[in-house]
Amino acid sequence: MNGLVNEVESSAAELPSRSTVQRQRSDVPFFAVMGGLSSCFVLLIVLMLAADVMFTSLSDFTTALVKPEIQAAFKLTMLTCTASAVLSLMVATPLGYLLSRYRFPGRWIVDTLVDIPIVLPPLVLGLSLLILFHLSINGWQLERWLRDDIGFGVTYRWPAVVLAQFSVACAFAVRTMRVTFDQIDPRAEDVARTLGCTRAQAFLKVALPQAERGMIAAATVAWARSLGEFGPILVFAGATRMRTEVLSTTVFLELSVGELNSAVAVSLIMVAVAMVVLLLLRILGSRPSQ
Amino acid sequence: MIRLVDVSIRAGQFALQNVCLEIPSGRYAALMGRTGQGKTTLLETICGLRKVDSGQVIIDRVDVTDWSPSDRGVGYVPQDLALFPTMTVREHLAFALRLRKQSVSQINKRTDELAELLQITALLDRNIKHLSGGESQRVALGRALSFRPAVLLLDEPLSALDEETRTEMHVLLKQVQQTTKVTTLHITHSSEEASAVADCRFNIESGRVQQIELNP
Repeated sequence: MNGLVNEVESSAAELPSRSTVQRQRSDVPFFAVMGGLSSCFVLLIVLMLAADVMFTSLSDFTTALVKPEIQAAFKLTMLTCTASAVLSLMVATPLGYLLSRYRFPGRWIVDTLVDIPIVLPPLVLGLSLLILFHLSINGWQLERWLRDDIGFGVTYRWPAVVLAQFSVACAFAVRTMRVTFDQIDPRAEDVARTLGCTRAQAFLKVALPQAERGMIAAATVAWARSLGEFGPILVFAGATRMRTEVLSTTVFLELSVGELNSAVAVSLIMVAVAMVVLLLLRILGSRPSQ
Repeated sequence: MIRLVDVSIRAGQFALQNVCLEIPSGRYAALMGRTGQGKTTLLETICGLRKVDSGQVIIDRVDVTDWSPSDRGVGYVPQDLALFPTMTVREHLAFALRLRKQSVSQINKRTDELAELLQITALLDRNIKHLSGGESQRVALGRALSFRPAVLLLDEPLSALDEETRTEMHVLLKQVQQTTKVTTLHITHSSEEASAVADCRFNIESGRVQQIELNP
């Protein structure tokens, strides 16, 4: 027994003192590297916005804001982004749920197809929408049918703006909703079914209330993507002033006629609007649940 | 009464072949067996969450093999409890009754009755997030019993509880079963637990279920 105690004591004596080891393991380099790399991105955004603010003046803002074209574009942007976000959520919630919960034939194809609008160049997406609506099949054309028979023309009108925004925004919303449902334990829905729920009731009464925050996140992503959409709108809806002009096309139109000050002012309005809407949705999403 | 007749189930690599089991009405049965022997699979089969390849599942003399879980009238308490995170304790107890379109007064009466039986009256308006293990267990039990099921299935309901709470729950489970007369199948690893609550015992090994004890 004494021999063992002596052995432990002698090996302890060979070790460096505890305080020396602690001083060598500082966390400062970790935070310096992580903080340094992270701040690069944050700094880039702050500098870009600061440059925009310094470039423009209050009079540029007031001049831009009183233009009827820009007022109409602002109104159309708010309406189309909201419509696109609502439509995206209506489609993304069931699609995200099906992809998360069920293994059905062709699931991987659906899963891949949903991502195509995310990876496709925006102009190609716009062009594809244009071709879809104007492709003639045995003399029948979708756009002509919608315009002449239903009385609801799409191309180069406001519905084209919503559809162009929706095509991209919905893909992002589906991804968000799928992750949301992946994180919700399906066992609660199983138990709900043993208590008397059909699959639809289990979804509506048990899964959906748990997905509230994910739905707010999906709506936020869809709204933000819709606000930033430009390429597909330009090709599919055009950039007709007072008709299909949204704020992203306003920036392009103002730039194209050499109104740089006005373009920067509109860009900053877009930043402000985006920040207000995202902040509101974030506050809504961070409400403590009951 | 729960009766399984030559039930075969396949789940990936795992399979149960020609399982037979009978628990008479009003009895409290314990199902024991090593991990991975298919105890949970068997429970999921009885409540309809898992399809059988062949054989029959009979509950109260009715062949429910092809019935959906919602039609079987089986109370189920899974091992992880699977409580509903957005609901209060009261909403858990009222959930199955609302689905059955019972009146508000009937729901309130049943909720109060269950809360009293399970000693959770003080918790009724609490959200389930901050409940202790024993309290959550009682809520899951109340939810499963709320619609007066013919059969109650408990999947290792006491495994996550401390010794003292477990002993309390043994008494409570026995009392609940004697009050409600519900036919109960209770999965457990503990012989002590089986002796404390059950009046008949089954063992599952290599895909075969064997009755090892029946107390009068």
